[in-house]
Amino acid sequence: MSKTVPSRHILAAAFALAMPGQLLAADIKIGEINSYSGLPAFTEPYRKGWQLAVEEINAKGGINGDKLVVISKDDAGKPADAVTAANELVSREGVVMLTGAFFSHIGLALADFAAQKKIYYLAGEPLTDAMVWSKGNHYTFRLRPSNYMQAAMLAEEAAKLPAKKWATVAPNYEYGQSAVGVFKKLLSEKRPDIEWVGEQWPPQGKIDAGAVVEALAATKPEAILNVTFGPDLVKFVREGNTRGLFQGRTVVSFLTGEPEYIDPLKGETPEGWLVTGYPWYGIDTPAHQAFLKAYQAKYNDYPRLGSVVGYALMQSAAEVLKKAKSTDTEKLIEATKGLKVGTPFGEVTFRDVDHQSTLGAFVGKTAVKDGKGVMVDYSYRDGAKYLPSDAEVKKLRPQN
Amino acid sequence: MQLVFVQFMTGLASAASLFLVASGLSIIFGVTRIVNFAHGAFYMLGAYVAYTLTERLAGAFGFWFSLVAAAAIVAVIGCLLEMVLLRRIYHAPELFQLLATFGVTLMVEDLVLLIWGPEDLVGPRAPGLAGAVEMFGKRIPSYDLFLIVLGPLVLAALWVLFHRTRWGVLVRAATHDRSMVAALGINQKWLFTGVFALGVFLAALGGALQIPRDAVNHSMDLRIIVEAFVVVVIGGLGSTTGAFVAAIIVSQLNAFGILVFPKISLVLVFIVMAIVLVVRPWGLFGKMPPPAQSTTGATVRPWRPLGRTELMIAAGVVLVVALQPLWLSDYALTVGSELLIFTLFAASLHLLMTVGGLASFGHAAYFGLGSYGAAFAVKAAGLPMLLAILAGPVLAAVGAAIVGWFAVSLTGVYFAMLTLAFSQIVWSIAFQWVSVTGGDNGILGIWPDAFAATPAAFFWVTLAFVVPALAFLQMVIFSPFGYALRATRDSELRAEAIGIDRKRTQWVAFVMAGAAAGLGGALFAFLKGSVFPDAMGIPTSVDGLVMVLLGGIETVLGPIVGALVFKALSIWLMSQTDYSKLVLGAAIVVIVLAFPKGIVGTLSDWRARFEARRAAGRAPAVAAAAAVAAVVAGGVVASVVDQAGPSRDTASQEAQP
Repeated sequence: MSKTVPSRHILAAAFALAMPGQLLAADIKIGEINSYSGLPAFTEPYRKGWQLAVEEINAKGGINGDKLVVISKDDAGKPADAVTAANELVSREGVVMLTGAFFSHIGLALADFAAQKKIYYLAGEPLTDAMVWSKGNHYTFRLRPSNYMQAAMLAEEAAKLPAKKWATVAPNYEYGQSAVGVFKKLLSEKRPDIEWVGEQWPPQGKIDAGAVVEALAATKPEAILNVTFGPDLVKFVREGNTRGLFQGRTVVSFLTGEPEYIDPLKGETPEGWLVTGYPWYGIDTPAHQAFLKAYQAKYNDYPRLGSVVGYALMQSAAEVLKKAKSTDTEKLIEATKGLKVGTPFGEVTFRDVDHQSTLGAFVGKTAVKDGKGVMVDYSYRDGAKYLPSDAEVKKLRPQN
Repeated sequence: MQLVFVQFMTGLASAASLFLVASGLSIIFGVTRIVNFAHGAFYMLGAYVAYTLTERLAGAFGFWFSLVAAAAIVAVIGCLLEMVLLRRIYHAPELFQLLATFGVTLMVEDLVLLIWGPEDLVGPRAPGLAGAVEMFGKRIPSYDLFLIVLGPLVLAALWVLFHRTRWGVLVRAATHDRSMVAALGINQKWLFTGVFALGVFLAALGGALQIPRDAVNHSMDLRIIVEAFVVVVIGGLGSTTGAFVAAIIVSQLNAFGILVFPKISLVLVFIVMAIVLVVRPWGLFGKMPPPAQSTTGATVRPWRPLGRTELMIAAGVVLVVALQPLWLSDYALTVGSELLIFTLFAASLHLLMTVGGLASFGHAAYFGLGSYGAAFAVKAAGLPMLLAILAGPVLAAVGAAIVGWFAVSLTGVYFAMLTLAFSQIVWSIAFQWVSVTGGDNGILGIWPDAFAATPAAFFWVTLAFVVPALAFLQMVIFSPFGYALRATRDSELRAEAIGIDRKRTQWVAFVMAGAAAGLGGALFAFLKGSVFPDAMGIPTSVDGLVMVLLGGIETVLGPIVGALVFKALSIWLMSQTDYSKLVLGAAIVVIVLAFPKGIVGTLSDWRARFEARRAAGRAPAVAAAAAVAAVVAGGVVASVVDQAGPSRDTASQEAQP
């Protein structure tokens, strides 16, 4: 029957496509997933960062002599697609661990996938506290300072301000909600006299900035907590500047000092905001200088925070593999607990108690210099100092 | 009082640019009947081009010239697009042009990234309007005042254009009855091109005007497009005054709404639209549309149920698919399960769109409700997987019953937009009700029971649910109920005259389609292990539309082929390239041009011609049809599963009395 002929061809083609790629025996493969098409402003520098790290690791002899290979996939900003990519990496490419993710919900989906498939997962960027606490699991580790840690760093500084009446503005999703929640809790603990007079929750990416600015001004706060970022931040700052919202008020702001978010503002950068960020132009430690030089030599561009995260993420993955001397998942997990890794920001430790690294962040003030937004009066805050006690963490994290 | 005044002024300013974009969309739809999904892309292009120009041209003149020049440049691009792409497919079934503009949107998103880079760009402030004016002790940005004046000026200019020029009169005439205008000897081609250019110009100007207040970024398009549609529909299709009033209403409600309920902006426009459409089915200023001139069901070859041989082929194909786990890899099988699930999703939408003539823009709501239904059943009730999968369609059917009850009062684009509004409301509940749904962090740990934990076993489970569901949908189409549904689609008056209750019939179809989508959603939850609100977001609804349209809206088998092609292509491209949107968009545009009736629709046309020459070539043509579709899909399992298709393919159907 003629009908069977094409289907046989199709089956043959299907087989060819389904075959796993052939690789050298001495390759150690890591699967990397991120929102390359969904959030290129962050993920492009991030990719450059980890590519630089892979290059350096292999130049220095790889993983105990084996070559480190990173297979990278896009998740288009959707958790379901991230799981598809993870499936491909694990069952088709045979990677020994998963790394990456930007958005919190994608990080959580991958963490859950890792627990189900019993594969090691090292998250880079996702900030949600749930990653390592309420939804934490045996297989998942996280590099970046969490929402809680950044809130604690900012709350510590905010408590020194005289302001008593505070208003908040944050994007209306989990990240914004938990950033505001933790900040409020920590600041109110330190300063019971503080009054929370107003809050605004614009949808992420769709802020109606003029209306939000006026609604905030109407609550007559003495200080404002801002959690918006990206295009929303630009609109908020522009309207706030024009309408005089920031005059005589202190603003405390998450992430605003990161080059990804402060650079687009150029000369319109508001001055004197208290922010977390990455002043790449002024970190004199040898570790950072080495990273900066290598990065600028390779890309002819300055690093963003994403670059540091990508670089430190691959450094961490390589250290885990070196220490474990095996690609067995349980051995990798054992190796990561308490592991010390040298990053551009200094040495960090992956905690045994909750799988969070002690990577910190820079806290400083914003200023305008030569028509560009910069951070001044900044200092590095070691993440280890901004985490709750082990006893508290154990209560937050499912123990099994 | 101060606050009321300042919020009012802010609302007016926001309304201005929204009005520009929406009026362009409204004009294009009114005349060409194109649901121009690419309108947001033109808005974004306007902003990017204006940014580049303002960086080059300094001074006050340079700035204002840049804005207008940017809009003009983008309008020229729009013109070219209309002439090269859309002109070829005006005769295609309704909504098919949506597919073409969707492909263009995908391409523009990646092109913008390639040309202007990933970073947000902040343009200059407007010269002379950078500051603020003190009014009643409040600072009102002077640029806002400029926008407040500009909005009514544009409205007035459009009014003069449409009421005082010959061209405008023709445009209005074409909005009412295009075939009559054509019969009177007007060259429709240039009329359409002109209208498209005007609409694009307004969109691009709206984008360019955002430069002094916004950051130019590559997600601007999606941010504006849905809102613009909502404004057009609230105002009434084809009415520029309506768009103006609606833009003001939406902006004002938002400006004041956040004072009372700060989280309202997430869903406000959709609530307003739902209320307006329930109360006034054709928008505030819209008129009842004239009776449809041609329907989607006006196919020359009537549908026909499967014959005995075809049923046996179908059974054989299912058997072949069921044997795949014996040799396919784990990854291919998980992709295969996903393809099966989306086949069911597309087929359920097809029941509404093609059989019922009701295009839903919010079908993902029931897919998502199915996912959440299954997740609740596992997490709250602790049900085993098989029972939880059945809980999905139940929740989806309940949701569909409620929404459908309101929606079937409407038809056409108004029906589409009301379903969209409800789906966004459902989405925002899932997003906002953190204590129950986990908010955007979703519900984790919805993994299959031990017996179905392997990809092969889950593939069989999926197949065991999807095949009966597809067979059921197929039976519905050819049941007395299906005939009644098709009657309501083809002629409401005649259907009611012979005693068919249109609303009830369509309502039942809506619930059936919702339940089938919900089954797909429940399976999807177990495939992915987690449930997130984005499963019921607008992109998922759009994907469903694209699948049905790609397969061919006038066919029975279209959704199955369309789902396989689209899903396999997008999974494969995403794995292979960072510019998957560019390639996928281009592929869609090529498919649209090559298969102007959808893949299955055009293939069956070819086959009909082929048969006219050689009456005895049936079986190879069927196989060839499947093979072509499969090659386009480039998928692994797609090709195999596809063999399930031809048994029910229109390609194997003949005209019968």
